Amino acid sequence: MPFKRYVEIGRVAMINYGPEYGKLVVISDVLDQSRALVDAPGRVRDVVNLRRLTLTDYKVDIPRLAPKKKLNEEFSKAGIEDKFKASSWGKKLAKQANARSMTDFDRFKAMLAKTKKNRAVRTVLNKMQKTAPAKPTKAVAKSRK
Amino acid sequence: MVQTQEGIFKFHQYQVVGRHMPTEQEPNPTVYRMKVWAPDAIRAKSKFWYFLRKLRRVKKANGQIVSVNEIFEKRPTTVKNFGIWVRYQSRTGYHNMYKEYRDTTLNGAVSQLYQEMSARHRVRYPCIQIIKTATVAPKDCKRANTQQFHDSKIKFPKTFNLIRPSAPERKSIYKAKRPTVCMI
Repeated sequence: MPFKRYVEIGRVAMINYGPEYGKLVVISDVLDQSRALVDAPGRVRDVVNLRRLTLTDYKVDIPRLAPKKKLNEEFSKAGIEDKFKASSWGKKLAKQANARSMTDFDRFKAMLAKTKKNRAVRTVLNKMQKTAPAKPTKAVAKSRK
Repeated sequence: MVQTQEGIFKFHQYQVVGRHMPTEQEPNPTVYRMKVWAPDAIRAKSKFWYFLRKLRRVKKANGQIVSVNEIFEKRPTTVKNFGIWVRYQSRTGYHNMYKEYRDTTLNGAVSQLYQEMSARHRVRYPCIQIIKTATVAPKDCKRANTQQFHDSKIKFPKTFNLIRPSAPERKSIYKAKRPTVCMI
């Protein structure tokens, strides 16, 4: 199978290390085999090692060393942030961030909500089992033996 | 994270200006200016005297420093090709060399140079003399390793996926799940 994501000018990548973890950047120029100059709206263009980038499926149509104005325009036009948030990868990251921001009390509340929900499900299920015709299921069970 | 120029380079570029002490015969001695790379201003001055006493009849004992300034990169957000001419002392003799690096700053290129000289030739900082540096236009670049990145439609895959924790404190010796290193 061929590669689908390439290091190229305009490729959107996610920073996978350090305080900027999870941020999306666009490759503006390639310095050498291991480093790229990356840019993003609201960020000073600078050098990032390719090992600290995870390439995404998205691309922005920009020339090499694109001016900030052009980059902002193309970045919002392509709707990169929204597309990434809607993707399963973006959703997973959001979920992880949410879980990380929960306090102990939040987790306790979540636990209570879960037990409450499970109890409700169980009562309904038990009711349904009582009202449902019992004989056919028994017959099936016997025939299986 | 916006990296400041001060913190990330081991070697900084300094402009050192110095001259011979004024004497009765020569009340206005010639002023010499030199750009040197050093970890700090004090070692830049030392490097200045090292070069000046080789080139002119001025040494630290009979000279004075006029000023020391650090030189910063004007445009650290664009990629340039830097050509560096060096002279270095190996175990057998002195050699001259020309090297090319792609970087955003000259200090970065010089750092790369020191790393490479140390790696390929086992030559350390005190044995290296930077003769000249220049920003080289793409058409004038000589080395294939710099020329190959001049393509604006450059495209290559990341062939190896390095799985790292998102921060050093999340490091662990054992993982519950085997990582996926596939890049496709």
